[in-house]
Amino acid sequence: MIAQMNSSLIDYILHLADNSLILAQRNSEWCGHGPVLEQDIAITNISLDLIGQSRNVYQYAAKLIGGDTDEDKLAYLRTEREFKNCLLVEQPNGDWGQTILRQFLFSQYQYLLYEKLSSGADEQLSAIAAKALKEVAYHLRWSSEWVIRLGDGTEESHDRMIKAVNELWPYTGELFMPAEFELKAGPDVSAFASAWLEKIKGVFGDAGLAVPEKVFMQSGGKTGTHTEHMGYILAEMQTLQRTYPGASW
Amino acid sequence: MKIAIRKFYYGDIPEDKAGGAGETARSEDKAQWPLWEIFVRSKQGLDHKHVGSLHATDAAMAIENARDVYTRRQEGISIWAVESKYIHASNPDDAECFYEPAEDKIYRHPTFYELPDEVNHM
Repeated sequence: MIAQMNSSLIDYILHLADNSLILAQRNSEWCGHGPVLEQDIAITNISLDLIGQSRNVYQYAAKLIGGDTDEDKLAYLRTEREFKNCLLVEQPNGDWGQTILRQFLFSQYQYLLYEKLSSGADEQLSAIAAKALKEVAYHLRWSSEWVIRLGDGTEESHDRMIKAVNELWPYTGELFMPAEFELKAGPDVSAFASAWLEKIKGVFGDAGLAVPEKVFMQSGGKTGTHTEHMGYILAEMQTLQRTYPGASW
Repeated sequence: MKIAIRKFYYGDIPEDKAGGAGETARSEDKAQWPLWEIFVRSKQGLDHKHVGSLHATDAAMAIENARDVYTRRQEGISIWAVESKYIHASNPDDAECFYEPAEDKIYRHPTFYELPDEVNHM
């Protein structure tokens, strides 16, 4: 029973870490390609925040797993089916609008979740969440402003935001469909689905964007069934450790 | 009557903009975001110091960009942003009459007073 509890907790922690790491990896693709220098730095800062968060969580997972596991092994030597991130974070960057919308949708979710976690019973996790919450608050503010700026911008930016919303919306449902390990080891994500939607509607309202209705929601990421993009992300992210195991510099 | 305003820029800028060319202040290129000057206070009680410049569409974005560009290594606790076009700079050609006259007036430094021993921290 204890072992089972522990394995759910480990899965849950890995899920949190994978969300942050994969989104960080996606955002980092902008490094050197941002629309302007200042925003290039902003998005890569966010990447680094997310990598920092994932490191904290992976270290905790490694401690629970024990043996010779460490954060690097968890990040670089697991296969696609072992990653438990939501489908949303692995979606391609698309244009700047799609990237900042993905960040906004995720940050709003992450904010609500980490708020819950920060007052949770697991001391380690609540400390990690409390620290991350300050970063997430900024990610949320930054990405909200971009959604409004582009949604309520020119005709072209508005059209692109609509396209981005249509592209990403089918991946938002999964955030609130708890996997087995979430039910056992985490706060109830389905409980804050409506709070999330209210916040999204608020910003979309300012941006002149509508929330799509009756969209079929994709899922599977949490249990390792990823979209076709995931393999490419891991191939790029893990190539160095897999080619030169234990490499350091 | 057209009044030509001589606009002087400062710092490392192209010759044709270095003032004295008699050009009027041009409206900003629409394709370029305005330039902002950023001032950061490193800790409570100290002055805001100029740290550099950046591009942003408005003041809110300028402050956020400044947060990302200039305070990511714990450099500050407060940010000021001023749109660069509102900064007026002295003309380098005026240097002779502006600054050189001060050179032989060392008596303006308060180094000719004898301080009583009891006065510390001067």
